[in-house]
Amino acid sequence: MEHYISLFIRAVFIENLALSFFLGMCTFLAVSKKVTTAFGLGVAVVVVLGLSVPASNLVNTYVLSPGALGWAGFPDADLSFLRFLTFIGIIAALVQVLEMALDKYLPSLYNALGIFLPLIAVNCAIFGGVLFMVERDYNFGESVVYGIGGGVGWALAITLLAAVREKLKYADIPDGLRGLGITFISAGLIGLGFMSFSGVSL
Amino acid sequence: MALSKKVKETLFGPILDNNPIALQILGVCSALAVTSSMDKTLVMCIALTFVTAMSNFFISLVRNYIPSSVRIIVQMTIIASLVIVVDQVLQAFAYGIAQELSVFVGLIITNCIVMGRAEAFAMKEKPGLSFLDGIGNGLGYSAVLLVVGFFRELFGSGSLFGYQIMQLVTEGGWYTPVGLLVMPPSAFFIIGGLIWVLRTYRPEQVEAKES
Repeated sequence: MEHYISLFIRAVFIENLALSFFLGMCTFLAVSKKVTTAFGLGVAVVVVLGLSVPASNLVNTYVLSPGALGWAGFPDADLSFLRFLTFIGIIAALVQVLEMALDKYLPSLYNALGIFLPLIAVNCAIFGGVLFMVERDYNFGESVVYGIGGGVGWALAITLLAAVREKLKYADIPDGLRGLGITFISAGLIGLGFMSFSGVSL
Repeated sequence: MALSKKVKETLFGPILDNNPIALQILGVCSALAVTSSMDKTLVMCIALTFVTAMSNFFISLVRNYIPSSVRIIVQMTIIASLVIVVDQVLQAFAYGIAQELSVFVGLIITNCIVMGRAEAFAMKEKPGLSFLDGIGNGLGYSAVLLVVGFFRELFGSGSLFGYQIMQLVTEGGWYTPVGLLVMPPSAFFIIGGLIWVLRTYRPEQVEAKES
């Protein structure tokens, strides 16, 4: 249990996907103008990461890793070069299924997240999370925790940035820095803040 | 070689006038993470330029045969296949750098520049021109990345491409490295500053004040 908690804390604070690996930056900068939308997108990312990382983990262990096809009678097969293509497919399919399921059963949530769901399919945070899972050899339990933790970290970062940007409207910023420039710099400052967690170990 | 005006615009426009990172907010994801040393940055730039150009070319070739409802999947498949080629080549010939870049080669697939250009340009224009547009945007991306990488490596660890330019204090030299520049947040500051400089020279790129 302790191991999982420490993994979760690491994924949320220390190895924050947005602020220390710069994943999902495009959406991070584009959709962080208002706290409410930023939060909605954050929740969607938590859900998709929480599902796609474990799903990719299963496919990776039982189909793609070297020797993983032993159960089907191909102990020598090594399909690991197909990883990128398969993972992208899994993510896109998951997003599609999730979209349809939400539309059917939770229309209110679907309306709130509607526009963001297709965006998430091409969000590098999701794909990056999946690739990190493969690279670090997480087992199934760890991948569930890592997926959710990474999502929560990303959601936290985008909500924080949106809150800062809402206040920035009242600031008198030099012309050239207005908009994108100042957003980069505030994201950097938040990143510096998050670095203070790096000494934390559980 | 006389280049027609349109060709010139497609090829060089993205470098200063319509830079993918500074103006279109595309492809920032990987821009920041790989810039802590010049050799990593350079490999990443070459890989991205190659993928953008080739994917633009191929998508443009088949653009009239893709039903628009499944175009995203088709684009993704083409891009992912190209990235797999790049990844396998890097693993074979530059294993050390491939290890350092780790997941970021794979992340070219979801890099918004590649998708964005495929969607915005290659679906409409002829293959030749799309290819040039891909190269141009790749160069625009590389220009920003190389500048950021230059500052981060030179002042962060006193070297360029791994060669020591300024002797570090720890090795008996005179230069005390700026530790901040090795860490991730510094990339944000440098790009923010870069945008500031760019927009001071090109005031038409300044964003309108939010009401």
